[in-house]
Amino acid sequence: MDKLVIAGKAYSSRLLVGTGKYRDFDETRVAVDASGAEIITVAIRRTNLGQNPEEPSLLDVLPPSQYTLLPNTAGCYTVEDAVRTLRLARELLDGHTLVKLEVLGDPKTLYPNIVETLKAAELLIKEGFQVMVYTSDDPIAARQLEEIGCIAIMPLASLIGSGMGILNPWNLQIIIENAKVPVIVDAGVGTASDAAIAMELGCDGVLMNTAIAAAQNPVLMASAMKKAVEAGREAYLAGRMPKKLYSASPSSPVEGVIGNMSGK
Amino acid sequence: MIQLIVNGQPQLVPSPDSGTDSGTTNDARLNIRQLLEHMGLQGKRIAVERNGEIVPRSQFDQPMLASGDKLEIVVAVGGG
Repeated sequence: MDKLVIAGKAYSSRLLVGTGKYRDFDETRVAVDASGAEIITVAIRRTNLGQNPEEPSLLDVLPPSQYTLLPNTAGCYTVEDAVRTLRLARELLDGHTLVKLEVLGDPKTLYPNIVETLKAAELLIKEGFQVMVYTSDDPIAARQLEEIGCIAIMPLASLIGSGMGILNPWNLQIIIENAKVPVIVDAGVGTASDAAIAMELGCDGVLMNTAIAAAQNPVLMASAMKKAVEAGREAYLAGRMPKKLYSASPSSPVEGVIGNMSGK
Repeated sequence: MIQLIVNGQPQLVPSPDSGTDSGTTNDARLNIRQLLEHMGLQGKRIAVERNGEIVPRSQFDQPMLASGDKLEIVVAVGGG
């Protein structure tokens, strides 16, 4: 069976999904299940001091017993904030060490700050975290993050939440060729074909949130993404035919066409 | 009363034995469990950081909180 292996654990689904931007927890749960994702990202935030104590929490709706939770550092712009956030996440999730690190460089584009990301990753790895790292599509940054011990490299397809699809398939291809750890496209996927293209390029998985949550029908899009990731993976494994400008080799037999007087 | 900064906001919490006695009650320290109860967060799945350091759940009963302490109390929420 073709499995995605992350930190020694095998997963059937190569689609990873975020849990933000949904209308409510009900929709989150139904969309996550429609996507078939086994690894789901969560954010760590201050408790709302005025909140209703009876309100259900995300972990009640998506229990860690049923999903592999991937706490993230979304919104962190410094090494310190990212590291503190993930230490809190580890405490919150009973010692869970698999995390998604992102250190952002700019609130407008949410582009990653690679220098700070490298520093944070190094610290976290020293503390025993298993770091899946959000990065740009720079092959050198990807290589350095792998060298210091990140267990998955997660380059952007395009900017977070932009839905612009894969802007630099050539860079992604270089990253995939060089990497010995899983490469997971994270951010920028807009619709099913984007996810399929990422997988056809040879990515090991795709992580998305807004493409599903901001669709007119998130549950239907979640199902579309599931199929797209599977289809793209199978196409990659099958090996596509070479591209040619035209072909002198039609699919139907050349001989035996009626009305041909020469008998050919 | 103990004056804490919780999630960036000042939070005034009664000392554990305030009102029962006068005199040396200023030295009385609060534990995390009492703070969570005061805030209506008991039983919630949360994690706590005090002055930049994680407070493991096993230490929630230790009377450690004093005026001026900065606390972060977090939960998991939806995110990508």
